Amino acid sequence: MSAHHITMALVMCNAIESSKMTICLHCGYYFIFYNTSLSLSLSLSLSLSLSLSLSLSLSLSLSLSLSLSLSLSGQQMEPVSLPPQSRVALCGGTHGNEMSGVYLVRELQKLEKVGSATLTTVISNPRAVQMCKRYTDVDLNRCFTDAILSSPVTDATPYEVRRAQELNTLLGPKGSAGAMDLVCDLHNTTANMGLSLISYSAQDWVILHIYRQIQRKITSAPVRFILLDLPLADAYSQDSLGKHGFSIEVGPQPHGVVRADIFNIMKEAVDQTLDWVQCFNSGSAFEGGEVDDVYTFVKSIDYPRDPETNQITAAIHPQLQDRDFCLLHPGDPMFLMFSGEIVKYEGVEVLHPYFVNECAYYEKSIAFHLARKMTLTIPPLRVKRD
Amino acid sequence: MYNTTELCSVVSGHSSPAAILCKCTTRTAFISQLVKKRQPWILLPGNFQRLLSRVLKLALSSEGLYQLFNIPAFTTAMTSSTNVSCFHEARRVAIFGGTHGNEMSGVTLVNLWIQNGKEIHRKGVETKPFITNPRAVEKCTRYVDTDLNRAFTTENLSAPSGDDLPYEVQRAQQINEIFGPKGSPEAYDVIFDLHNTTSNMGCTLILESSKDHFNLQMMHYIKKAIAPDSCPVLLTEHPLLKYSTSRSVAKHPVGLEVGPQPQGVLRSNIFESMRVVLKHALDFIELFNEGLEFPPCTVDVFRVSEKMDYPRDTNGNIIAMVHPNLQDCDWEPLNPGDPMFQTFDGTTLRYEGAGTVYPTFINEAAYYEKQQAFVTTRRETLAAGAIKKNIGQSYSV
Repeated sequence: MSAHHITMALVMCNAIESSKMTICLHCGYYFIFYNTSLSLSLSLSLSLSLSLSLSLSLSLSLSLSLSLSLSLSGQQMEPVSLPPQSRVALCGGTHGNEMSGVYLVRELQKLEKVGSATLTTVISNPRAVQMCKRYTDVDLNRCFTDAILSSPVTDATPYEVRRAQELNTLLGPKGSAGAMDLVCDLHNTTANMGLSLISYSAQDWVILHIYRQIQRKITSAPVRFILLDLPLADAYSQDSLGKHGFSIEVGPQPHGVVRADIFNIMKEAVDQTLDWVQCFNSGSAFEGGEVDDVYTFVKSIDYPRDPETNQITAAIHPQLQDRDFCLLHPGDPMFLMFSGEIVKYEGVEVLHPYFVNECAYYEKSIAFHLARKMTLTIPPLRVKRD
Repeated sequence: MYNTTELCSVVSGHSSPAAILCKCTTRTAFISQLVKKRQPWILLPGNFQRLLSRVLKLALSSEGLYQLFNIPAFTTAMTSSTNVSCFHEARRVAIFGGTHGNEMSGVTLVNLWIQNGKEIHRKGVETKPFITNPRAVEKCTRYVDTDLNRAFTTENLSAPSGDDLPYEVQRAQQINEIFGPKGSPEAYDVIFDLHNTTSNMGCTLILESSKDHFNLQMMHYIKKAIAPDSCPVLLTEHPLLKYSTSRSVAKHPVGLEVGPQPQGVLRSNIFESMRVVLKHALDFIELFNEGLEFPPCTVDVFRVSEKMDYPRDTNGNIIAMVHPNLQDCDWEPLNPGDPMFQTFDGTTLRYEGAGTVYPTFINEAAYYEKQQAFVTTRRETLAAGAIKKNIGQSYSV
């Protein structure tokens, strides 16, 4: 760490009020502050230029990327206690052609209890599962916003909107005291994303502790956390129905196919989740600390398209294909046109692409998403005893 | 003169074939009856085969007929004294994309070439890029009513046309009219049918007949051209497993199956490999048309043997997945005792065949509904005779 940053850190410490994340625009270092204590968590992203000296500019050409996690002061966050996770829901087939979840839910239907918690298994979109398609009318996993859940049902209402409202009754109501404690939604992707957990909040300690356990225990695939920064009312996916919710996304797998290696990874992740719930409910204390490999959504990039026909005119460049979560620098190739030209990334910030070449996103005009990488600090956690 | 109904019953009764043939009303009527009766060549009695072979050689010139009946004697009878098989110039070539609407490489390439055909242009050849299943392409789905690549049966092609027929059957009839008729001298010379698979098959060429020397020579040329990359050849000639493809309308059908690629996804490397293979195929045709003689060669192929389904429960639900050891191992040997499937709770099920086989189409998404986890093949070496363009009078094969 340079003197520059120690000074910056001290200056920022004095200005803290509540959780804030801020970025040093000069060099891309991220600072995250929690509470009013002066504990400080730093997440560093270093860019090494070809001469291998520490470069403080955001410019191109990179061969290595280091991610360091430092805890400057010894102070931890205050311990947190939360109610037991008594009602857990596991959902598969939210997209009818994402097969790991469909088969895993079928397997786990036999299981009714997980320790003291009840387990509800759901095939979210049975019609789509039957047809082995993503959806029949509209994408079910975009129907869980407050607006759509409360919209009146008419004859013209698409199947998935009705189903979303049914699921809201079964697993929710969203935002209420009666909702499931934990909703876990199972998905696959054609992108090379390994095992990714997706959720909305950087402060849902239940989800983040589950993530940490999965990350520690699973070695058969890289494990990452994707943060979607949206208020609950706008949260559109099924996992937002629960008091705590997250999606498990495993790839790469073609839609309509079940691969044993991918199925086994998802099964491990679900087993670890249920194991954590059991331990938590029975009183285990989970120590605080840091979780890294957290990615916050920044923006998405579409394919180059023909202005008249809207057909795509390029494919993801071979150097980007399958390289989800690697660094994309300004000047790196993004697309290879059918005519042979290369389209390069022209953003200013070095970011991490994910959902690279996801089949279902062609129609949503998304070639890939871009994210910033960060580290979060989590408090010690245990179950609240009445 | 016999009418066709009488002819039919006499043929099936196998009585006095020589007399029948001499009294044929028309040769097309006779052939259509044979086709309708679906008499496989090998089931006809020996003397009938020999007689028919001589008669056909003298009276008929349809190479499509040869393909229809897979007549072995026919081919050898047609080679010249120097044992070079002469073929008509391959003037009419089609490139089919979108036979399955969600197999994106073919769809993209054909659309590209419809816009600008410069890349596929070859001197003296009419190369026609064509989207075979536009409705399925529009919906980015494999098919709308039924699989187009299984729809080119004689039954479908000869059925009276009508709007009540499934979309793909109507389409098959239209395609047969434009590029066929299947089995006739007017049919296109070559059709390349572009496909993708979720299986790890690399660039696979699909051959429908082991006696198609033209295709064998083409595939030999392509394999040499893309070496050291490999280009396996899958031979689908099998009494039960062979299916009626869109490309079968042509005299020389060539399937191109490139994977692994998920349905609905376009991967740049897969797209470019398909493009390169097609380039070599068209180069071969151009060289052939220029009069180049291709000497005898051998081609290593994988002949389809057996379809293997997933283990299922009494309700028909799949209870096991392709084993991680087998997944992605297309074209690699599978020995008795090797892991084949893995149940959802982790038990291994092993291959219990008699000998080593070479599986392919391992875990193809579209084949779950066709009850196929993979298909086994056996290695074979086929010999192709020398070929060259027919320059003088047509005594075509």
